[in-house]
Amino acid sequence: MSATLPPFQSFLDENREAVWRFLYVSVGPAEADDCFQETFIAALRAYPKLRSDSNLRAWVLAIAHNKAIDAHRGRSRRPVPVAEPGELEKTSSPGPGAPRDEELWEAVYELPERQCSAVVLRFVGDLAHSEIAMAIGCSEDAARRSLHEGLTKLRKAVPA
Amino acid sequence: MSTVDSHEMDSIARALRGGGSADASEPGQTRANAARAAARLAEQADSEDLLDIAYAPVDSPFGTLMAAATGRGLVRLTFPEEHTDAVLERLAARVSPRILEAPRRLDPVRRELDEYFTGTRRAFEIPIDWALVGTFARRVLGAAAAIPYGNVLTYTQVAGKAGSPRGSRAAGNALGSNPIPIVVPCHRVLRLGGALGGYAGGLDRKRWLLELEGALRA
Repeated sequence: MSATLPPFQSFLDENREAVWRFLYVSVGPAEADDCFQETFIAALRAYPKLRSDSNLRAWVLAIAHNKAIDAHRGRSRRPVPVAEPGELEKTSSPGPGAPRDEELWEAVYELPERQCSAVVLRFVGDLAHSEIAMAIGCSEDAARRSLHEGLTKLRKAVPA
Repeated sequence: MSTVDSHEMDSIARALRGGGSADASEPGQTRANAARAAARLAEQADSEDLLDIAYAPVDSPFGTLMAAATGRGLVRLTFPEEHTDAVLERLAARVSPRILEAPRRLDPVRRELDEYFTGTRRAFEIPIDWALVGTFARRVLGAAAAIPYGNVLTYTQVAGKAGSPRGSRAAGNALGSNPIPIVVPCHRVLRLGGALGGYAGGLDRKRWLLELEGALRA
């Protein structure tokens, strides 16, 4: 029996939490929802042409990552809306935890694109090196190298 | 390949992982937010013409039915015991995988079925998409669809109207695999002499529908 793509609803149900978490972490609470909609609309557009043996989670996280890059680019072109801590809690009630390290995230999105992708997909998307390679279209070794280079730069840019 | 690189353990990696996203450690919150965002997707997909098949549950006296519609019309209606996952997988393979639960798009179907089940509607006006039906079955089901409310025909008569007078058995098979029961009224086809014959949804339901329509005495 030849494999076929699952109905989009099943794909959405299986991946929506991973994508939401990914975007919440990578772009922040204010823009996560818009990016989420854009991610799955883009996925839906491309879906029928996808190979049925594709790694769907890696595929959709790569799309989400592209939306996150767009969001960060858009943000750098306009003044950063700094939410009051209290306001943030009201809208998305993140609960207790460390504040979002904006400085670090800015540095992440200033990395060369492949390094940025490798870092974000590895640590936020929790993808394996082989999946990162698939998502950004390079060899596994290259993905590993990009990840290493990206982290090295971040360590210099944002001293712990 | 699962060697943990030493640098993955450092503070930057940790900050990125959970970093600043307090609710990444709050699974309930993530689940609720993701579910809410996903539920909004169908409407945008519809407005961008990306929703090839919309489906939704529909309440009925038989229990919860599942209705699925394309842009052309109602393509599938299932009885409660049919497995929605399996039905949707077949729709994905045969029509399109762009399938989302979208109750709004099924509003007219829900309304007409409600009216039918309460006895205030005698004919369905919702358009039908015959995408799941082959050529011969299309003729047979077309003949069944032309039987007026409260009337019945025999299998042989329906086969004749479908252009194959000696094909009553084939006609029976086509009726038995009707993807849109109730709305395409295959229940109005009986054996010669009035025996019920068969029904994919079970003979009790066939009898119930015919009694509702006054074609059989309760």
